[in-house]
Amino acid sequence: MELRPLHIVNALLVDGAAPRAGSLLAVDGRIAAIDPTDIPEGAETVDARGQWLAPGIIDLGVFATDKPAFHFGGITRAALMPDTGPLDGAGLVERAAKGGKPDLWVHPIAAATKGLEGRELAEIGLMKAAGARAVATGRGRIADSGVMRRVLAYAASLGLVTIIHAEDEGLTAGAVATDGEMATRLGLSSAPAIAEAMAIARDLALVEETGAPVHFRQVTTARGLDLIRVAKARGMPVLCGITPAHLFLSDTAIGDFRTFARLSPPLRSEDDRQACLAAVADGTIDILSSGHDPRGPEDKRLPFAEALPGMAGAETLLAMGLNLVRDGHITPGRLFEMLATTPARLLGVDVGRLAIGKEADLILVDPDTPWQVDAKKMAAWAGNTPFDGMPVQGRATMIWKGGQRIR
Amino acid sequence: MTNATTRPASDYPPGGDAFRHRHLTGIAQLTPWEISYILDAAEQWVELNRSGAAKHDDRLAGLTIINAFFENSTRTLLSFEIAGKRLGADVVNMHAAQSSVKKGETLIDTAMTLNAMRADAIVIRHSASGAVQLIADKVDCPVLNAGDGRHEHPTQALLDALTIRRRLGKVEGLTIAICGDVLHSRVARSNILALTLLGNEVRVIAPATLTPPAMERMHVATFTDMDEGLKDADVVMMLRLQNERMDGAYLPSAREYHALYGLTPQRLEKAKPDAIVMHPGPMNRGVEIDSSIADDPARSTITEQVEMGVAVRMACLDILTRRQRGVPGWN
Repeated sequence: MELRPLHIVNALLVDGAAPRAGSLLAVDGRIAAIDPTDIPEGAETVDARGQWLAPGIIDLGVFATDKPAFHFGGITRAALMPDTGPLDGAGLVERAAKGGKPDLWVHPIAAATKGLEGRELAEIGLMKAAGARAVATGRGRIADSGVMRRVLAYAASLGLVTIIHAEDEGLTAGAVATDGEMATRLGLSSAPAIAEAMAIARDLALVEETGAPVHFRQVTTARGLDLIRVAKARGMPVLCGITPAHLFLSDTAIGDFRTFARLSPPLRSEDDRQACLAAVADGTIDILSSGHDPRGPEDKRLPFAEALPGMAGAETLLAMGLNLVRDGHITPGRLFEMLATTPARLLGVDVGRLAIGKEADLILVDPDTPWQVDAKKMAAWAGNTPFDGMPVQGRATMIWKGGQRIR
Repeated sequence: MTNATTRPASDYPPGGDAFRHRHLTGIAQLTPWEISYILDAAEQWVELNRSGAAKHDDRLAGLTIINAFFENSTRTLLSFEIAGKRLGADVVNMHAAQSSVKKGETLIDTAMTLNAMRADAIVIRHSASGAVQLIADKVDCPVLNAGDGRHEHPTQALLDALTIRRRLGKVEGLTIAICGDVLHSRVARSNILALTLLGNEVRVIAPATLTPPAMERMHVATFTDMDEGLKDADVVMMLRLQNERMDGAYLPSAREYHALYGLTPQRLEKAKPDAIVMHPGPMNRGVEIDSSIADDPARSTITEQVEMGVAVRMACLDILTRRQRGVPGWN
């Protein structure tokens, strides 16, 4: 079937720049013109009726290819963490990359070490050739500093960013919460929040030494963010991200042993949450992602410490991001920089902006439509959301991948 | 209000308003007057239990109580069993720790099984914090927490409060030092909650490695120097030190623990002259407590705590089953 040109009119164009009213033309799957005057014959016209037209969300660091959830959430590309498998060989990467076809891009992230065991380098070069777009340490960090140094240098030589989970494993061994009143009252094993800053500090030293680009997938503490801020000011090739959970929930959410709020890293104190919001506002945090990790009752309907960490976040990512806009922390343009432009740059894919020549991965967003998060009615294959019951606003109403309407 | 002594029934709201909870999952859910209500109710069972041959009251006749213990226990299980039987209930013990039930994967299934057997009350002990709440949410009958992980052990705190009240004539305005492995202790958590709620000054004396974070948020003062922490205490509550804590991870050795945190007669002199010494048992004699103190009836309340345990558990079983039994005013 031939792809008809796509002409979206009456839209508010939202990407890195300031939002403005306009229209967009996509031809052969790529953005051909902004505010076009010549419309090709046979073009399909979509009236956006004032809704936001934005680049499709690129969800950096998900743990499952969960298409219904991604489509609900306006996510056109998902960068898949290497933990399931694990993705430590070219064949596995190739298969994972096909997991989204035909209507979702899946960009596999290569395991940094064989079996993600933190000891021997995985075949990162072959995985890159098979479609891997970055390298990651997985759910944990690489404990051995020597191995980590070699991973960073090797990945950098292949032009790949290393995505890091930053928690000191000695401090966090056995812990399921952050030290504080909540963990103490609930009798849960906990670790001090500095476990994050300690891990970041080591890896920043290695970045300084190797010059390798890195992305700390989730930075959730004031101390950790301070280190990132200093590193960026010194011009180091460092990015960092966060998920909405650490921006909108503190560790009080684990009260009553709610396992949907058992996350990795664990939810932090209110002070740390405020520091995260400030870091979103001042630009220290570069990427907002969902960390989508659907877990069924067999993993979640357990005593808190026995439940597995993780939340299904793909469906709420956009609505929570819009909360940041409504609360005045960021502009709409900055939101889509965090959701699309920066992740695209990290992965080296030619999308993430409303610019001529970019692939036409697009979403229409009604930023005001109200809905309620309901764990029992999620599109994701499991409804483990800590935002259950929360009234939110805003959702993706249409999605195009490469100029092809998929929802 | 005061918790000094037993209060007349007319001091409490009528019927079920005096105790609105369906379960007893923790002290955290209780108000001071609800604690007093249980303690007052327990007094009559102390009398009954001491009354010689006819230690029986059949108000729970025909009810089935299941003691589901997912973690080994001797004294708590025995105490709940005796409490249920003294009230005339049919008591069944499930030793899940030794059966095929392992880990939490089948916990909900086990709960549903117990529920389908139409138990009238379920008493649960489990090694994971929050496990009892998880089961309570799934079953139709009252659930009593007999200890979940390091979270809570509410009946222990209630029996300790009753013991203190009977020994010292009140359980408010006292200085109470809780000593030992507070980090891993559900007994300590429930006691901190109950005793601060009742208006006592609670201190925690523990090695730095066994002190939980954010203790000041629980309204207790922490001490690492035992002599300092014991100063002028009315009650010295010792905790059991699990053997596995003494292997170097948290403490260098049992010998060093005894030297720094063992309760010796010399140390006890720092407390008030009439201070009582409590221990939830079982004791490590010569580690956390010297035998000369444990066996001194003027100081030690250890056997009395066991006695109060049965009475308090009878009171809890009675109160929590009133709705099923159709006691007037409880619906």
